[in-house]
Amino acid sequence: MIRPESLICPRPAGLYCPPGDFYIDPVRPVARAVITHGHSDHARAGHESVAATPETLAIMAARYGEGFAGSSRPLAYGETIARDGVEVTLVPAGHVLGSAQVVVRRKGLTIAVSGDYKRRRDPTCPAFEPAPCDVFITEATFGLPVFRHPDDGGEVRKLLRSVAQFPERTHVVGAYALGKAQRLIALLREAGWDRPIYVHGAFERLNALYARFGVDLGPLAPATSEATRDTFAGQIVIAPPGALADRWARRFADPVSAFASGWMRVRARARQRGVELPLIISDHADWDELTATLAELAPGEVWITHGREEALARWAELSGLSARALAMVGYEEED
Amino acid sequence: MRAFARLLDRLSLTQGRNAKLTLVRDFLRATPDPDRGWALAALTGELSFAAAKPAAIRAAIETRVDPLLFRWSYDFVGDLAETVALVWPPAPGANREPELSEVVDGLRGAQRSQAPRMIEGWLDALDADGRWALLKLLTGGLRVGLSSRLAKQAAAELGGRKVAEIEEVWHALDPPYEDLFAWLEDRADKPSSAAPGRFRPVMLAQALDADVDLGRLDPGDYAAEWKWDGVRVQAVSERGQRRLWSRTGEDVSAAFPDVVAALDFFEGAIDGELLVMREGRAGPFGDLQQRLNRKTSDARLMAAHPAGIRAYDLLVDGQEDVRHLPFRERRARLEALVSDVRTPRIDLSPILPFATWAELAALRADPPDGDPAQAEGLMLKRWDSIYEAGRPRGPWFKWKRDPRLIDAVLMYAQRGHGKRSSFYSDYTFGVWREDEAGEPSLTPVGKAYFGFTDEELKALDRFVRDHTTDRFGPVRQVRADRDFGLVLEVAFEGLQRSTRHKSGVAMRFPRINRIRWDKPAREADELATLEAMLAPR
Repeated sequence: MIRPESLICPRPAGLYCPPGDFYIDPVRPVARAVITHGHSDHARAGHESVAATPETLAIMAARYGEGFAGSSRPLAYGETIARDGVEVTLVPAGHVLGSAQVVVRRKGLTIAVSGDYKRRRDPTCPAFEPAPCDVFITEATFGLPVFRHPDDGGEVRKLLRSVAQFPERTHVVGAYALGKAQRLIALLREAGWDRPIYVHGAFERLNALYARFGVDLGPLAPATSEATRDTFAGQIVIAPPGALADRWARRFADPVSAFASGWMRVRARARQRGVELPLIISDHADWDELTATLAELAPGEVWITHGREEALARWAELSGLSARALAMVGYEEED
Repeated sequence: MRAFARLLDRLSLTQGRNAKLTLVRDFLRATPDPDRGWALAALTGELSFAAAKPAAIRAAIETRVDPLLFRWSYDFVGDLAETVALVWPPAPGANREPELSEVVDGLRGAQRSQAPRMIEGWLDALDADGRWALLKLLTGGLRVGLSSRLAKQAAAELGGRKVAEIEEVWHALDPPYEDLFAWLEDRADKPSSAAPGRFRPVMLAQALDADVDLGRLDPGDYAAEWKWDGVRVQAVSERGQRRLWSRTGEDVSAAFPDVVAALDFFEGAIDGELLVMREGRAGPFGDLQQRLNRKTSDARLMAAHPAGIRAYDLLVDGQEDVRHLPFRERRARLEALVSDVRTPRIDLSPILPFATWAELAALRADPPDGDPAQAEGLMLKRWDSIYEAGRPRGPWFKWKRDPRLIDAVLMYAQRGHGKRSSFYSDYTFGVWREDEAGEPSLTPVGKAYFGFTDEELKALDRFVRDHTTDRFGPVRQVRADRDFGLVLEVAFEGLQRSTRHKSGVAMRFPRINRIRWDKPAREADELATLEAMLAPR
């Protein structure tokens, strides 16, 4: 079998495949890129050619305009492209709409690149599929045993309980524009919240895109300033995380500031941001998901791209897996 | 336990007083006895276990989690109880979650040696929030930003009662307070408050609006006294029970054994000011502060800062409750009681003779040397006023001295909470001093977050956003140098030396009096001006 490093190796621009001559999620413009998902630190504009799921390509077009790359190649989940003896297949990663793992094969060696992923159910995207592999390249955003995300249904009930308890206040929930916002809306619908959900203007394009791909978000209304303060009392507003600290938030009467993120597991993080109601809802695998995935796949080697690599590497070592931290830079820790 | 854990979780991140009241009141309404009573005991600081030492908890976690992974986790989280709560591994087949009362009963009945095993069993059964709440309960001090008084207020609201009514009976009650809740829910009579040595809810004064009030008040109806700059206390000595209560009904006896020992001369309850007293002279507030908020007091501290009471009212005379008598009569009885006392730890707050409001105003503006020079202002009490708990309108007024003013330069601003979460509303300001190089530089002297109108807040917020030079989390540094900066006229009540502040001074009740958009930053005050105010007036 060939050496794994000859098939995928870390370079400053990102993970690189020499025989296939392509990068995965490069952080600077390259000739050929395979993109795992649409978050801006993974999907950047300016590559010559891009292969990704149709959903991810649509997200990139919505964010950067139609000319985001020289050319693009839609690759559906499970579809394989082969070139120069290298096969590339995209497999669902369960992170956000269109998110994929990249499975690369050559001469009997299989490397799976997880991208960002999670294992729990998400009504807005297909679930992570474990791909048998020799080398598993994983993220480790929440790679510390303090991060055990609770059931997301319980977190949504926490929000609804607070809305019932403080009907005169507006609950403004910070959530990242791609994935988290739509998942939160979908979870609220599942929990029976059928009133209009007010959304920040920055979300409109992506919400419409999700709807186009068949994700039903129910009635949404813009959180415009023309509405009176009374309009928002007792309502749920979803906005980008920074908006609550912004002058934008002044339209709401006595807002309860909430934030949907895996980081909210740690109180100091919530306090630092002035969050009154932390909602621990994450699009990344928590510690138990990360370790369970490694145990399930039992790959010959584990490489860790970004996050708390040393702790996950330590766990792998204690569990008899061979692990290596790549310490890749350029990927943010947003959730 | 789950409901209690949820409550602590929310309280720990909630800033608004009303929101906290809602959270506690709703919890007390929805939670059955005896769990809610134990929770109220925990919130009011009446419940403490020394059952779990941090070291024991650390030892327990290190048998479950790799020590290196634990250390990295602790480094990340920064709080031991929270780290343990989060990393404690799920235990398959653990028992059901304990109720709060089971935890209390278990620990109260436990032999010391059984406690660790019981605690580990509960930690196995609880979720992360529950473990956090349990560990906070066990290691003492919930520290969720809720005062004992606010917890009692929430309980009072449950039954549409006044908090003073709860304070009156509180010290005759024991957790889990089933008799209290029965009364609040109209299922039983008010619990008895007849315990000797108990606290009586205090009577408070309204702030005087001199322009409005003096014109319609007759000076002949009022007694005037200095408003002493100490801490209001109630000293009770009944059938051998001697206690010192704060104005909110906290028992502060343990911190002032010297004062409590001096209460042996009488039977009854005195209302007065707790001060550091040396040979009949009152020390500044900073002296008293050395002795406040302590669980005990050592001999050295007591010798250096001897405390005493300056008495100004009498609530119980012997066995007789005299609160229904007019102030004139209570005062006469107080004088009779205190005039015979030989201890230097008790003296009498004198009544100030005056004929007209103008005469009194002159005295307030220019108090004589000695203790009055340190007073916060004047107290006015109607001669015919009964002693009524709460803050009734009319019988008592406080007429504070005009505040001190200083021009300072805005240095940092922090975002507020709740309604103010989108505003930079907490301002740190500084004055000029010479740095090591002999150059004038700003040194922070205080922080204020009120005193301005909503319109002024908007303008201040705009200034902060437009002149930010750096950011640290929720804090912004704004441009402030000799050539540019925003001058704030800051009002404050008093100034103390402080070793905790770089400038060496600390203000009491600072607030923004005026925004001096017109004043150049270089013309703001210097630290020397503040230091001069430190000397007794």
